[in-house]
Parts: sequence; structure tokens; C-alpha cells
Amino acid sequence: MPSLKDLRNRIASVKATQKITKAMQMVAAAKLRRAQEAAEAARPYSERMGSVLANITQAIGSGGDAPALMTGTGKDNVHLLVVCTAERGLCGGFNSQIARLARDHIRRLLADGKQVKIICVGKKGFDILRRDYASMILDRVDLREVKTLGFVNADAIAKKVIHLFNEGAFDICTLFYSQFKSVISQVPTAQQIIPAGVASAPAEAVDGGNAVYEYEPEPGEILSDLIPRNISVQVFRALLENAAGEMGAKMSAMDNATRNAGEMINKLSITYNRQRQAQITKELIEIISGAEAL
Amino acid sequence: MAEAFKFELVSPERLLVSTEVESVVIPGAEGEMTVMAHHAPVMTTIKPGVVTVKTASGGEERYVVFGGFADIVPAGCTLLAESAVAVKDVDRADLARRIQEAKEDAADAKDDQARSKAEQFLSQLTTLEGAILPA
Repeated sequence: MPSLKDLRNRIASVKATQKITKAMQMVAAAKLRRAQEAAEAARPYSERMGSVLANITQAIGSGGDAPALMTGTGKDNVHLLVVCTAERGLCGGFNSQIARLARDHIRRLLADGKQVKIICVGKKGFDILRRDYASMILDRVDLREVKTLGFVNADAIAKKVIHLFNEGAFDICTLFYSQFKSVISQVPTAQQIIPAGVASAPAEAVDGGNAVYEYEPEPGEILSDLIPRNISVQVFRALLENAAGEMGAKMSAMDNATRNAGEMINKLSITYNRQRQAQITKELIEIISGAEAL
Repeated sequence: MAEAFKFELVSPERLLVSTEVESVVIPGAEGEMTVMAHHAPVMTTIKPGVVTVKTASGGEERYVVFGGFADIVPAGCTLLAESAVAVKDVDRADLARRIQEAKEDAADAKDDQARSKAEQFLSQLTTLEGAILPA
């Protein structure tokens, strides 16, 4: 049985922890709002990009002049996984969920006899994947210093990927990130970015209907300019969704921690009070029985 | 008074402009073009340059864009820019940095094709710098 003093110390330390988790929760809430705004602000661009891409692929049709980034190399031997996670921990299962999805994917690929290469974005995913697949990790991108995610960050990652593709280092590239559904739910997602799966479902509702476009320069040339940019946009979107998801996960994790600390303080206080009362009673009995003995 | 149409300038970070305009001058990859209402559908890439927007209310706004493409349909025009800023907010240091990078690219280019491409990009950037200097 811990002494009264021990209990007092314990309660004080849990209270201090609670204050920290509470502060972290509030910080996460503020950052979440900002991250969500950024994600929303980026949406029009990727939507337009999607519709323009659909338009142009329709125009080109299945002609042979589509760039390799879109059609792929025709093989699927070497897979590149770009795993985007957070830079910091203390956000519940957020990072491990993404890593688990990636790991399942890697295991499946390896079982099929494929070759796997990994690029890690974010420290946490790197730490987790390094344990099992250190030899496959080509590179890691550190965004720790970055205060506000800009398109340049995504662009740099996309350029790296495209460069590797042009060198023939891989055949298929898949992007792993967490889709931001709501504050309490983030869904880890795998999305194939090379070859780009745009050709499916050429939207009929593209503005301008079936207008015949003029292209300046040639459609093929525009497309070869557009596809790398589209990859950057996809990466950018993934990073933004991740940032929002991380903050959401952190907020709910810290909310839980604060609540747990509260519960713990209650329980400890009850034990503390009970013990103090027991001690008082014991002392009283001693005094009374002493007086009666006289 | 020319007819107004919808113009949108979008950068990956945010939607910069979404408004009714009278005309827009776009630095297309194969020459500048002015877009007005009921333009034939055109899709073009753009080079670094200045986009001049004449709004329906009579004002004029100028934006610096660094590459991207424009999607023009009779009902409107959407400009997807890699990055875009209003001319008055241009960061001169940033522009200088881009020029420096372009110069390095041109110097590092491995084959003639890449070099001519890089040099072209560089010249576009320097023209751009000249164009906005007095502003």
C-alpha cells in the first residue's frame, strides 16, 4: 500500500501530464483547422486537372503517342512504394496504420516474386519500415523543417519519382497515405500513380461538352507536360490529406489521454482520501482507548 | 462594352481568382493570346509570364505565373498555374533564385535538346523579370 506522500506525488504528476496532453490537444485542433483549409484550397486545382486530363486523353484516344508515364512500361516486375507518414508521433495509430497497409502490400508483392523499392516521406514511416525492409528503402524525404507544406515540397518528391522512372528503376509506383475522412476517421489508402489510371471513365460531364479542342502545342506534347504535373498534384494532395489526418488523429489521441488522466486522478484521489480517513480513525481509536485505560 | 465571361486562376495551393472578366491575356507557349467571351475551345500550355486580367467591372489585374496550362472553352477560361502571384506581391529574391536555378540547369544539361530547353526557359524568365521590373 503506497503511503500518503506517494499518493500525493502521484496525483501531482498525473495532473502535470494532463495539462500537457490538454495543451497538445488544443494545438492539434488549431493546426487541424489550418491543414483542413489548405486541403480544401488545393481541391479546385486537382479537380480541374482531372477534368482537363480526361478531356485530353479522350482527344488522343488510344493512339500510340501517349507518354510512358501513362501507359507504363508494360511490365510489373519492380514496384516503387512511396509511403507518406507523419514526422511526429503521439497521434494514435495514424502512422502504424499506414505502415501496416504498406507492409501488407510489400509482403504480397514479395510473395509474388516482385521486386520492391521504397521511398519514405516522413520520419515515422521510415522508422517502422526500416526494421523489416531496410535494404529496400531507396531514399527518405524529411519534411520536419517544413512549416507550411507547399507545392514545391510535393514537386520535389514527384521529380525524384519521375527521374527514377525515366532511368527505368521501376515499373509501377504506388502512393501510400492516409485519406482524411473526418477528425475521427482517417483511412490508409494505396493509390497507383504510375502508370496513371486516368484513362478509365472519361467523364462525360466535362465542361464544354463534346467541344472539339484546338491544342497548342500538339496534344501529345501537352500531355507529356501534364502527366508529370499531375503526379506532383497527386503527391501534394496526399501530403495535405496526411497533414490534416495527422492532426485529427493527434487531437483524438490527446483527447483520450486527457480523459484517461482525469479518470486516474479521480481514482487516486479516492484512494488518497480513504487512506487519510483511515489514518485519522486509527489515531482517534488509539487516543480513546488510551483514555479509557486510565 | 465586351461581353463578360468566367475566368479562374488556380494554383495548387489555392484558387486565386474566380471572377467575371472581359478579357484575359495569356502567355501561351506559342505566343501570347487574348481570350475573350465565346473563344473557340483551346488547350494550351503557358510559359512563365504575366497574365493580364481585365475584369468586367473595368479594373485591371496582373499576375505572374510560372508555367502551367490553360483550358479555354466558350463559356469560360481556366488557368492552372504551377505557381501564381499578383504582380505587386512578386518576391524579387524568389525570382532571382529561379533564374539562378535555370542557369544551373542550362549549364548542367547533358544533351543539346535538354540544353536548348533549359536555355529557352531561362530566357523566358529573364524576359519576365524585365517585364515586371518597372511595376
